This record gives sequence, C-alpha cells and structure tokens, in this order.
Amino acid sequence: MSLYTQRLWINRIGIGLSMLAMALGFVALLWILWTLFSKGFSALNWDFFTKDTPAPGSAGGGLRNAIVGSGLILFVTTFVSTPFGILAGIYLAEFGDKSKFAAITRFVTDIMLSAPSIIIGLFVYALWVVSFGGFSGWAGSVALSLIAIPVVLRTTENMLRLVPPSLREAAFALGAPRWQVSLKVTLRSVKAGVVTGVLLAVARVTGETAPLLFTALNNQFYNTNMAKPMGNLPVVIFQFGMSPYDNWVQLAWGGSLLIALLVLAINVGARVIFRQKDNF
Amino acid sequence: MSEVSTHDLPQSNQTTRGRLFKLQDLAFHQITMVFAMIVLVALAGILISLGHQAAPAFKEFGWGFIWGDVWSIPDEKYGARIAIYGTLITSFIALLLAVPISFGIALFLTETCPTWLRRPLGTAIELLAGVPSIVFGIWGLFIFAPLFSNHVQPIIQDTLGKLPLVGGLFAGPPIGIGILTAGVVLALMVIPFIASVMRDVFETVPPVLKESAYGVGCTTWEVVWNIVLPYTRVGVIGGIMLGLGRALGETMAVTFVIGNSSRLPASLFSPGTSIASTLANEFGEAEPGLHISSLFALGFLLFIITFFVLGVSRWLIYRGTKKQGK
Repeated sequence: MSLYTQRLWINRIGIGLSMLAMALGFVALLWILWTLFSKGFSALNWDFFTKDTPAPGSAGGGLRNAIVGSGLILFVTTFVSTPFGILAGIYLAEFGDKSKFAAITRFVTDIMLSAPSIIIGLFVYALWVVSFGGFSGWAGSVALSLIAIPVVLRTTENMLRLVPPSLREAAFALGAPRWQVSLKVTLRSVKAGVVTGVLLAVARVTGETAPLLFTALNNQFYNTNMAKPMGNLPVVIFQFGMSPYDNWVQLAWGGSLLIALLVLAINVGARVIFRQKDNF
Repeated sequence: MSEVSTHDLPQSNQTTRGRLFKLQDLAFHQITMVFAMIVLVALAGILISLGHQAAPAFKEFGWGFIWGDVWSIPDEKYGARIAIYGTLITSFIALLLAVPISFGIALFLTETCPTWLRRPLGTAIELLAGVPSIVFGIWGLFIFAPLFSNHVQPIIQDTLGKLPLVGGLFAGPPIGIGILTAGVVLALMVIPFIASVMRDVFETVPPVLKESAYGVGCTTWEVVWNIVLPYTRVGVIGGIMLGLGRALGETMAVTFVIGNSSRLPASLFSPGTSIASTLANEFGEAEPGLHISSLFALGFLLFIITFFVLGVSRWLIYRGTKKQGK
C-alpha cells in the first residue's frame, strides 16, 4: 500500500469513527426519550394528576402532592434566584473589569456551576434544617436557588458584555446616571438573553434530586405549607423507582416522563427566545 | 421632554442633581456588589459548615478516616476508602469512554458536518446534557442494566476476561448493576459537557492555520490531529477535567446503578458505592452523632476533590479560549 492510500484510509477510519460517535450521542438521547414515552405515557391519566402518592402496598394513586410541591418550590426558587443572579451579573459586567474581587467571584461562580449538587444539599441541611427546626419546602428552595443563581449570574454577565459600548456611551452622553444606564438601557437591550438564562436555570434545577433529599425531604400527603416537609417529583421518582411495588415504579416512570418533557421543553423554549433576539 | 434647556436651570439645582446621581450610583454599585458577594459567601459557608459538622469524625478517626476500609454503622466505625475508590474508579471509566467519543463528536461538528446540520445536531447534544440525572438513573436501572448483563457483560467476560492480568477485573456474576455500569452511564452524562468545550475550543483555531495545512495536502484527520489538537490542547484538557468534576459529584444516576454495597468491590462487575451515593442512601436515616458527622466528612472530601478539579479545569479553559484574540 502506498503512503497516499494509507493516509487516505486513516482519514476515512477517523472520520467514520467520529460519525459513529455523533450517532451514538444522538441515539442515546432518542433511546432515553423513547423509553420514557413507552414506559411512562400510560401512567399519565386523570388519577396521575388528581390523586396523592399511594401508601406502600395500596393500589392506584397519583402524584398530585409531588407535582404541586415541585411547582411551589420551583416558583419560589425562580423568584429568589432571578433578582439575585441579575444584580450580581450587572455588578460583574458593569463594575467588574478591574477589580480583583470580581475576578475571584467570576472564577468561583464558574466552579459553582458544576459543583456537586448533593454538597449544596448538605450545606443547606447544616445551615437551615438544623437551625430552623426541620425539613421544609423553604429549605428546598434555598438549596435550589444556590444552584440556579450562578447560572443566571453568568448568562446575565455574558449577555451584558455583548452590548456595544456605543449604546452605553450614548446614554451617558445624555447625562443619565450609571444605574439608569444599567437598568434602563443595557439590561433592557439584552432582555431576551437574560430570560434565556433564567429559563436555563429553571431547567437545570427542575430535575435536581440530590439537594432536595435532605432539605424538602418528601411528604406523602398533599401540602401547600412551605414551612413543612414537602412532596416533590424528583425525590418521589427516586423512592418509587427503587421500590418493589409495581404501581410505584409505574408512577416513577410517569413522573420521569413529565419532568424530562418539562426540562426539554424549557431548554428548547429558551433557545427559541434567544434566537429571536438576533432578528433586531 | 421639557423645553427648558440645561443652562437655564439655576446652578445649585444642577449640582444637587449631580450629587443625587452620584449618591444613587454609589448605592447601586454597593448593592450589586453585595449580591455578587453571595457566591463567595456560599463558598465560605459550604467549607465552614461542612468542616464544622465533619470535625467529630475527623477527630475520632484522624487521617485513618480517609484510608479506613470499614464502613460499619453498628460498630460505629467509619472509613472512606471504599467510597473514594468507587468515586474515582467510576469517574475514570467514564472518562475512558467519554473522551474519545466527545472528541469524535467535536471533530464531526466542527470539520465534517454539513453546515445546515450543525445547529440541530449541536442542540441534540446540548439537550442530552439537559436530561435530569434521575432520568438517567431510572433508565440505567430498568433498561440499560438488564441489557448490559444479558448481552454485553458475557461478551466482555469471554474476551477481555480471558486475558491474563486484566481478566480478574471482569470476574464475577454479570448482574448488570455495579461499578462498570455506573461508569458507562456516567460516560453518557459527561459526553455533552466535554464535547461542547472541545467544540468551542476547536472553533478558536485560526482558519489560516487549517487552510495552510489543507493547502499542502493534509487530510481532514491529519489537520485535526496535527494542527487543531496541538493548538487547543490546553482547552481540551480543561474540558476533560470539567467532565471529571461532573462525574465525581454525580449522585442520582450512580445511586441507581452502582449497587450500593459497602464492601470493597472485587471486580468491575461487582456492586460498590461512591461518596455521593453513600450520602444519598444513608443521610436521610442517619442518627445524629458519629454517623452523620462521618457522612459530612465524606461530603467535605468530595467537595475538596471536585473544587480542585473544577478549579484547574476552569483555569485551563480560560487559557484555552483566550488564544482566540491572537
């Protein structure tokens, strides 16, 4: 074999393998989605949304308490982490160019983006559950907020950095103070990007299980009081998925399908919103 | 707007207004800074509170906590070695599988993929990153593990298991759940993270470099292997470290498929445990005292390890992507 054909073959094999890798990633996504639909779709009936989680051994039941609990916890998380993340992001983008403090904050934020979520759960347990007397929906929201804030913060900062300097300068030239320029000009011009960041943060925490295990715990009964332990989808999926009861496992599949669809829909929605931004 | 132009205003009015703005700006600066500080406060809080809660365990067992291979709740003896071993070995397996696959994906998306397909395929990989880890867990336990034990593990045993030296790694009954399965599921979970960093750093290679290589007759593979990869190696290593950091701390998926046995695993097919899965399994039912403190100590070790790995990774990625400007 001449050197030329040898090089050609190495190239073909390399490119072929890379296509195989791409196919593998794509197939994995489809396989998981298909499994969820085939296993979980039959669980999504009227009872699923209107009945509470069944006791061990009793038939039927649904996930109403877990769905409502997850909804409440996520609602509070979104409302806490959005202002925190946006204001911190403004600081890093507008005032953080020369300060050492901002550089360190940015670095730590990037690490917190990937830090093990179970550690956040331990931290909130030690900080909140032990000192404020017990597991509660609030504690769950605090844990999830700590995971969501870095996501909102970094997206906001990155978006604000894309604002052309001329826009800021034009506003300054009109005599606007810095806070008005930040809040009314630059932040408003990257609205779509910031909304994307918030949506990605919500998507990220929607499926988080580990931080809720020791904070919101779980609740077998319907409960809308955030000060008490609260049922939530991820922890119910964890408990029911590893249980020996068929109807529990069935409910876990239904819950998984619901959560995966929600997360993927938010992810896709965030991308659509972000892309529309390019049009003006 | 009012018709009154600025120079008609009395001088004092202008200066009070200017002073007001200055004050407001100062307040705005300080307020946003307080919010930015929350991240650092959280980090300090994690270190202090975990360290504080873990102190009794470290005091009782000393350095022996890290090396001890007994984790026994009735005897009140706790050592982290088995959990640390499980965490490291599953992450190592995950990287072994995920790195070449991620490289392939990044190569395909940056070099050979038709332009109209780049966006949808890139999005698909990003969506894989978005799938919650609990979903990977339940899929791994009910779908992947049975398939693995029926079709893949026997084949591995018949081939790799017959080899001297490494054969022992694949001994034991193929029950589906265990260290190796956890590693494979983890690999699937970290592929999107490694692949997207690799894709980003591959795109920082100046087109001139690649074009000159193509110009002298290089094949695509040679361009990627000899030009792109050496140019981006810092960022690529950063991406791999990011995947490692993710794999080390992954909890739910591992808890579902690792088997949760607190004995030292004899082979890659045997059930084991990792730091994160031990926490997820035992923390809820732990009695206050030495048990809870030991679990906090495990968490503390995990946080230190991942913080170090992720810190190095971010530093390398910064360095890798900064080249873009040159």
